[in-house]
Amino acid sequence: MPHLPPVPLSWYLILSAILFALGVAGFLYRKSILTVFMSIELMLNAVNLSFVSFSYELQRIDGHIYSFFVMVVAAAEAAVGLAIILTIFKNRGTLQIDEVDSMKL
Amino acid sequence: MDTILFIVFAIVAIVCAFNLVLQRHPISSALSLIGVMGSLAVLYLLLGAEFIAMAQVIVYGGAVMVLFVLVIMLLNAGTEKISRKSWFAQIAGLPLLLAFVALLGFLIRGVLPPLRAVQFGSWVGGTAERIGQMLFTQYLLPFEIISILILIAILGAVVLAHKEFD
Amino acid sequence: MNLWLIPLFPLIGFALNGLFGKRLSKLLINVIAVGSVTASFIYVLFVLSKLYPLDTAHSEHYFNWIQSGFLQVGFDLFVDRLTAVMLLVVTGVGLLIHIYAVGYMAHEGGYYRFFAYFNLFVFFMLILVLASNLLLLFVGWEGVGLCSYLLVGFYFTEDFASNAANKAFIVNRVGDFGFSLGMFLIVIAFKTLDFGKIAAAVATMPVEAKAGTLTAITLLLLVGATGKSAQLPLYVWLPDAMAGPTPVSALIHAATMVTAGVYMIARVSFLYNHAPLAMSVVAVIGLLTAVFAATIGITQNDIKRVFAYSTVSQLGYMFLGVGLGAYSAGIFHLMTHAFFKALLFLGAGSVIHGLSGEQDLRHMGGLRKAMPITFVTLGVASLAISGVPGFSGFFSKDAILSAAYTNAPWMFWVGAVTAGITAFYVFRAYFLAFFGNYRGHHHAHESPLVMTLPLIVLAILAAGGGFINIPTWLSPAFPLSEHENVTAMWISASFGIIGIVIAAFLYVIRPSLAESLKTSAGGLYTLVANKYYVDEFYRAVIVKPLENISRLVLWRGVDEAVIDTSLVNGLGRVIRGWGSILRQLQSGSIRNYATWVLAGSLLVIFVLGLVGGGR
Repeated sequence: MPHLPPVPLSWYLILSAILFALGVAGFLYRKSILTVFMSIELMLNAVNLSFVSFSYELQRIDGHIYSFFVMVVAAAEAAVGLAIILTIFKNRGTLQIDEVDSMKL
Repeated sequence: MDTILFIVFAIVAIVCAFNLVLQRHPISSALSLIGVMGSLAVLYLLLGAEFIAMAQVIVYGGAVMVLFVLVIMLLNAGTEKISRKSWFAQIAGLPLLLAFVALLGFLIRGVLPPLRAVQFGSWVGGTAERIGQMLFTQYLLPFEIISILILIAILGAVVLAHKEFD
Repeated sequence: MNLWLIPLFPLIGFALNGLFGKRLSKLLINVIAVGSVTASFIYVLFVLSKLYPLDTAHSEHYFNWIQSGFLQVGFDLFVDRLTAVMLLVVTGVGLLIHIYAVGYMAHEGGYYRFFAYFNLFVFFMLILVLASNLLLLFVGWEGVGLCSYLLVGFYFTEDFASNAANKAFIVNRVGDFGFSLGMFLIVIAFKTLDFGKIAAAVATMPVEAKAGTLTAITLLLLVGATGKSAQLPLYVWLPDAMAGPTPVSALIHAATMVTAGVYMIARVSFLYNHAPLAMSVVAVIGLLTAVFAATIGITQNDIKRVFAYSTVSQLGYMFLGVGLGAYSAGIFHLMTHAFFKALLFLGAGSVIHGLSGEQDLRHMGGLRKAMPITFVTLGVASLAISGVPGFSGFFSKDAILSAAYTNAPWMFWVGAVTAGITAFYVFRAYFLAFFGNYRGHHHAHESPLVMTLPLIVLAILAAGGGFINIPTWLSPAFPLSEHENVTAMWISASFGIIGIVIAAFLYVIRPSLAESLKTSAGGLYTLVANKYYVDEFYRAVIVKPLENISRLVLWRGVDEAVIDTSLVNGLGRVIRGWGSILRQLQSGSIRNYATWVLAGSLLVIFVLGLVGGGR
């Protein structure tokens, strides 16, 4: 097995940035509410990766704690968000976010 | 060894993320998201965050994604249709995103001080014991608040889904 | 010595009658009104007896009214010999007229309002006279102007009366503008408004041979005086002011308020003595006014108007007096004029009251049998104003004309002729009213005692007042420069008597001759009878252009176009425009919102990266 050089931490961070950007892209370009929601989850995961990377960098456990909290919040948000989506589907009969636009001037 | 693992699972994560964005059917997107989460769990292990990796698999992969798939099946979500609305998001989104990534890349490479290299096993501080210690001493208040948050989320979900019966 | 009590009594009278008068009985209103002036009069007598012989002024300082930078104005009252004369005239004659008004206004509406305003007027006049600095004098000055407005417009439901009140106030205002400018100049030049301090400062300054600061100040003050004292060119309000009740005409427009201008000039005589150019202007204006008004008086048919123009003319004499430096003569004439002019007006009021409101001379006649007391007292007044030897007017008018004779002979001759004209028109009115056959429709009766008693008292004063030697009394302040010139005395007296004789001839012996003279004079008569069309001239040159400018420029131009349309509406339009642009953000589309959030966060990261990048 060839001895490859160790991975610099900056690569982790760049990976996190790319995943985050992909999440935003999914948010902006997809019409189904569920897909949009999943993109949000992707964004949260990318941020988690960033937290853990910095925790490794600083050799402290605090990053893990933040990441843990993010996970908890994401879970709670997923629960409530999906309940809202269900309600919207019951009321509007559609899952396209473009058609949920009645709050406008 | 860890380098290879990193490269492999990084590529898996990116490919799955792309798949999530590009797929038509929500269920395919959900499965891609599971893939992303799994690869991220491996990356956490490489970074020495054993507890977080485990929590990722159990909470995200096991609970949240299951919930997603359940709802997709419940709503019988079909493939998406093309929509012409929100042209502003579609046109301005791509340049903004590219600028975003470029900016972050520049900041990471240029502005941040030199970072260490990742070596599996060089840091073993991410144990459950350490996290427990911190959680119940220094971060006790946020912990309690988070528990109340979960309680509120449960109540909210129940209330929202409950209305139809009355 | 508590000088503040003097104006306080009428002020209390005003407050009581003004606030509660509606619910008080007529008797109580009378007691308050007349009583307050009586109290003032008695207190004046008391103060003067205590302060006699009043060689130096007695001043009292109460509190600091204005303290701003270098300017300090206090609420100071003071009494010197000049003030003493004015105080006696204001309170004494004022008291008599108040008593008279009780009878005259007995059947009029708004009774308590009248007496409240009347008392307020006395208060302001006393402030004016007692003030020891120019600003407090101005307060009284403005205050009497206000009361004049209120009282001339007493019958405010009549258009004519309210217009006359407006005219009086506005024309006065023009004069007051000049007065204010004069005050500002004084503050700049002397840093104070106190009479004593200014006098001390002026004493060190040289007499201005040509125009300088003092001339400017005195001329501006003169503008104010011409407004208040109805001289050319600001006299136009006085004849119209006859729209007010007759006691008002007597007190305000004969005895006291219109003399404020003369008093003011005498008060600041130290300024005028150093500006001979201004003094000549004063004298010339006075003389011209005297002649001008006298000629108009010949042609008027309303008895009050005849006397109004007579007032303007006599005020001209007073101005002539002070303009020639004969201040004491001017003040002497002020006092005697108060007696006989008030008597003339009150007598006219008695006639009008007796004829139930008739004021036109052409509808009077032969009243001497029906109203004997009025007949005698008005006769005394007419003799006094004509300068018949022995009566008060003779002495005072002669003092002025003597000064003219020695200083500027041409003024003497003009003044003497005017004295003749004065005698003529006064006796014309007298003969038309009391002699001949009665040409009216009413039943004439004599006035009640409450009205005739003041007439009698004033007649005694008009007859004997000349023997009160005012010029000697005032000599410490106003040195007697003019000696009694016997030649001038006889000439002016004879002019007066000639005037009476001509009037008697034209209006008693051969009335038809008057008529034919009038028609043969034709155009000239029309010109004079229409007051030389001065009012019409002012209307065309000043009033109409002002109205037009107001309407076209200020209203349409500035108010509507600039302020309404551009500023107010324009602001609304701009905001609405911005609003409709910004409204596009709220599209309701979540994706648009997310894009904006992304853009914003990009900006934030960029800035943070730049700022924190150094660390």
